[in-house]
Amino acid sequence: MTALKGLALPAALLLAWQLAVMLTGLQSDTIAAPDAIFAALGRGLTEPAFWADTGDTLAAGGMGLALGFVLGTMSGVLFGLIPPVGRVMRVTVELLRPLPAIAILPIALLIFGFGYRLEVAIVAFGTCFPVLVLTEAAVRQIEPRLSEVARALALSPGARVRKIVLPAVLPRLFVALRLAAGIGLIIAITVEIAANPIGLGARLMQASNSLRPADMYATLFWIGAIGWALNWGMLRLQLWLFPATKGAAQ
Amino acid sequence: MLETTGIDATENAAEDVLHVDAASVRYGATTILDQVDLTLEKGEFVCVIGPSGSGKTTFLRLLAGLVAPVQGRVLFRGTEHRAPSREIAIVFQDYANALLPWRDAEGNVSLALEAAGVPRSERSDRIHTLLRTVGLAGSEKKFPSEMSGGMQQRLQIARCLAQDPDVLLMDEPFGALDAMTRQKLQDELLGIVRESNVTAFFVTHDLEEAIYLSDRIIALEPNPGRVSQIFDVDLPKPRNQLTTREMPEFLRLRRELFDFIERFEQ
Repeated sequence: MTALKGLALPAALLLAWQLAVMLTGLQSDTIAAPDAIFAALGRGLTEPAFWADTGDTLAAGGMGLALGFVLGTMSGVLFGLIPPVGRVMRVTVELLRPLPAIAILPIALLIFGFGYRLEVAIVAFGTCFPVLVLTEAAVRQIEPRLSEVARALALSPGARVRKIVLPAVLPRLFVALRLAAGIGLIIAITVEIAANPIGLGARLMQASNSLRPADMYATLFWIGAIGWALNWGMLRLQLWLFPATKGAAQ
Repeated sequence: MLETTGIDATENAAEDVLHVDAASVRYGATTILDQVDLTLEKGEFVCVIGPSGSGKTTFLRLLAGLVAPVQGRVLFRGTEHRAPSREIAIVFQDYANALLPWRDAEGNVSLALEAAGVPRSERSDRIHTLLRTVGLAGSEKKFPSEMSGGMQQRLQIARCLAQDPDVLLMDEPFGALDAMTRQKLQDELLGIVRESNVTAFFVTHDLEEAIYLSDRIIALEPNPGRVSQIFDVDLPKPRNQLTTREMPEFLRLRRELFDFIERFEQ
């Protein structure tokens, strides 16, 4: 019910927009009427090229996220378990972390050229730091008694990570993954808009450059829908897998 | 019973399970334990009492290998012992923190077997036997969060027994439990120790619990923590919650221990 109430305002705005366009007989290169946008979206959804672009963005973003997540988790566990290493790396991490991921685009472009690898690298760079910071904090907050249990049982370092550390931080790791997925999508689209000629970002730029506002808004709407569905799906999954994270979910 | 330091002590040490030789523990500038000596014989049940700040828990951690002495040494079966060993199991007071909340009862016991490299095929039988030993048959699939405090502490004891230890170190294990559960667990613990012939080192602030369980009581005094007195407990076994506690010897020891503790309460 609340969700429906929440939809009332966007629906009213769309309707007002539609009416305004119809009453003024608007002809524009920047604004399109809602009915034209939805028609364009409907057309897109039947085109293989539209789905190919969607697939490119999701594949490049997904691979970047996977790489960034693995790197972030591994360094986070290492830094959290061995505080001297964490302390030594702190300055480096704090210097690199605030750097907007898109700022490394020129360098990455020189190294990788256009294509998947460029996007994967930048998404990995941008998602690795938030995952690292969240993982390191989670590892530090593991119940110290469990570390003593691991010592008393003379667990090997590998067994300690597998049997104690990772299961203990798993719920928070999943929260980190969900946040990183959102960041990853933003970076992937940004890279595509700024330079990389693949995916939904490039489609958006093409529509804009060739003055097809209906296609542009349709793509924009579609990207929003993907982002929303991604977050919704992962939140459901998180609450289902780790019911205790409800408080930390939002 | 307290061994004096010297050549004899070192030679005898091979026959004793644990031997502490003039060991001191410091945290920074503070001396927590000052030159303590102790010999634990096989199958013996020793309780440690003392006012707060007398280093009871540190003594246990020293025996566990969780802290290293700055002076003196700890010998386990004749060899110097500086890191934890699977042959020495520790039962912590805060059972809720010491269990893995994401593993059920079986899984928690299994952790000790996995650490010892017991093959998967043998684990299940041993887990069931151990859970039966501590009175948790039928709770195999329960998670710690679904158990009462007493059950969780039983589970921790089962995990420690799964290590098949020579020494069982216990840090106020029943301190957070209600009186009835505590008495029940005391009797079960005595039974387990008798049957497995494990050596028990038990820290408690409950003087009657110390008398009831022990063959010997080590009384520590504070500032810095050191061994003050040793009380031999000469009460018949098996002990009984009603008759043992009414014996003149029990009451005499109770009086002595209370007098001892009183001295530090002013």
